Amino acid sequence: MKFVKNIAITLAAVAGLSGAVSAATGADKSPLQMQWSFDGNFGTYDIASAQRGWQVYKQVCAACHSLKYFRFRNLDDLGYNEDMIKAFAAEYEVAGEPDDAGDETMRAALPQDAFPAPFANDNAARASNGGALPPDLSLMVKARHDGANYLYSLLVGYEDAPADREISAGKHYNPYFIGGQISMAPPLGEGIVDYEDGTAATPEQMAKDVVTFLTYVAEPKLVDRHHMGMNVMAFLALLTIIFYLSMKKLWKNVKTGRNVYED
Amino acid sequence: MAEWKAAKPKNAALAWFEERLPIISLVNNVVGAETPTPRNLNYWWNFGSLAGLMLVVQIISGIVLAMHYTPDTSLAFDSVERIMRDVNYGWLIRYMHANGASFFFIAVYIHMLRGLYYGSYKAPREVLWMLGLVIFHLMMATAFMGYVLPWGQMSFWGATVITNLFSAIPVVGDSIVTLLWGGFSVDNPTLKRFFSLHFLLPFVILGVVILHIWAKKVSDSGNPLGIDVKSNADQIPFHPYYTIKDAFGAGVFFLVFAYFLFYMPNALGHADNYIPAEPLVTPASIVPEWYFLPFYAILRSITFDIGIPFTDIVFIPAKLLGVIAMFASILLLFFLPWLDTSKVRSAQFRPTYRYFFWFLVADMVLLTIVGGKPAEGIWPVLGLIGTAYYFLHFLVILPVLGKVEKTLPLPESISQAVIAKAAK
Repeated sequence: MKFVKNIAITLAAVAGLSGAVSAATGADKSPLQMQWSFDGNFGTYDIASAQRGWQVYKQVCAACHSLKYFRFRNLDDLGYNEDMIKAFAAEYEVAGEPDDAGDETMRAALPQDAFPAPFANDNAARASNGGALPPDLSLMVKARHDGANYLYSLLVGYEDAPADREISAGKHYNPYFIGGQISMAPPLGEGIVDYEDGTAATPEQMAKDVVTFLTYVAEPKLVDRHHMGMNVMAFLALLTIIFYLSMKKLWKNVKTGRNVYED
Repeated sequence: MAEWKAAKPKNAALAWFEERLPIISLVNNVVGAETPTPRNLNYWWNFGSLAGLMLVVQIISGIVLAMHYTPDTSLAFDSVERIMRDVNYGWLIRYMHANGASFFFIAVYIHMLRGLYYGSYKAPREVLWMLGLVIFHLMMATAFMGYVLPWGQMSFWGATVITNLFSAIPVVGDSIVTLLWGGFSVDNPTLKRFFSLHFLLPFVILGVVILHIWAKKVSDSGNPLGIDVKSNADQIPFHPYYTIKDAFGAGVFFLVFAYFLFYMPNALGHADNYIPAEPLVTPASIVPEWYFLPFYAILRSITFDIGIPFTDIVFIPAKLLGVIAMFASILLLFFLPWLDTSKVRSAQFRPTYRYFFWFLVADMVLLTIVGGKPAEGIWPVLGLIGTAYYFLHFLVILPVLGKVEKTLPLPESISQAVIAKAAK
């Protein structure tokens, strides 16, 4: 089975290269390694957790962080029905068409609208947050190395700074953050959210739920992707086996030394 | 070149057409039933057709992406996210295109290393080899410009670093950079011209691929023994033998490709490229895609000027020297057919060259790792050693080795070797 060896070499090379790509993070601690419902080849989103995460985002994160690629209609994927989605959207106001006099108007948000940003622009966001800009969270899980674990660790990882560490005014020590000093105050206090499903809102629970929600927002097609992957891999495997058997049959005579062309 | 056999289709309409444009004959004589091919090609010969398949995957997926993408700095990032979220199967097409680039390079790198091992660049296949290098250059330019299009942080800063290299060229450098940018920094005109060229170049590649295959037809395929075809017994028709073997290889290759596409689509990319481009914030480390890392390492390894020692006179500043080294490392390969002085093609009969070949592979792996690390600690030294060895291999070892190496006896013919192997 020489070709198996060749394939193994190829795979090893690819694995080595993908390892070489990951760069150093520059933080005091590497992220905690958690187990996620969306991990692995059969991974899917834990809907109950994502729903709780949506509640955490809405009630806590949304005060400072926008979620510009998330539209209310996406809540359909998290198990909410049309009426509930309309109701969620209607809680928010967005800019409407100018009225007949040409004046700006506001209207209730609709399912097709993106989640409204908390600040009108970056300068307003900075002004309200001591000069720091709270980043948009739509892609945060994909925009950091090992994003889900990183985000979880960051949310639960606040601790007292080591004695030899000088922390600037308005900053907080977080060993998972690059450089260790983060402008965001610890966001998840015990019971800050009153979960609709009665789950105890510990910081760990809330962090886990909001990371599940934000992973969904960053990668909404993950479940479709995993599902299609199985079908494609199964089809390709079958096709490859058929090609292999055909090849063996066709090549049998040539391998044993028979000539195809007459001399 | 094997003689040309005209096809005679039985169908009257086909025969009428074939008489006026012999397209069936063309296929038959290049990759068909009328294409005599060495009977002993191993699996390393699969990667040429795999590279061709990946080019097709890239062109098709790329054309669909271009239907939805907007080349404007204020909209590019959003349009990519729209493809990922709202375009039907947009995520599939985009992940296919992004990972497809990596797998195109994997196929091409293995194809090139196969050429190095089996001496596929030697007479009479020098032009075939050089056309392959032209394709490789065009691929690198295309991949680089493609990576800029999503307009993420790594797109922007990668483009800034790489285009700035040209400013090291004396006299005309700054003008070249202004031309590349279409202004005085990487900005909207840069994005627009990169999009336009990224769309154009794959079709140029396709054209050179046709020349590459034409040159293959003229000089015939090489083979693992590196000896010429002597009789009909040495050959088998390309179809069905190599079409089915290529199909099987494609099945295996696409299984690996599909695994990356569906289960780790971002593993070969960089997280920073999911942050929209921000010209005022430099990322912690600017790292190119993995397939550029060895050349990036060579570029960064040169940190010294060349001039008269103990004076301030500098002939070649470090930056220019790094750029020269990087371009030289690739352009060098055009001279490979003459740098390698050995009459024997295949490493199978060159016991010493075989070791040096694997040293070179190890050196390339080392340079790939160094290219991905920050330029501090041990890495710059390793990069310099790796770079020095790379040039040593091609400029000193290959010319000398060809003269002094004791090669093993070559078999009488391909068929004899095949029969001897079958008897074992």
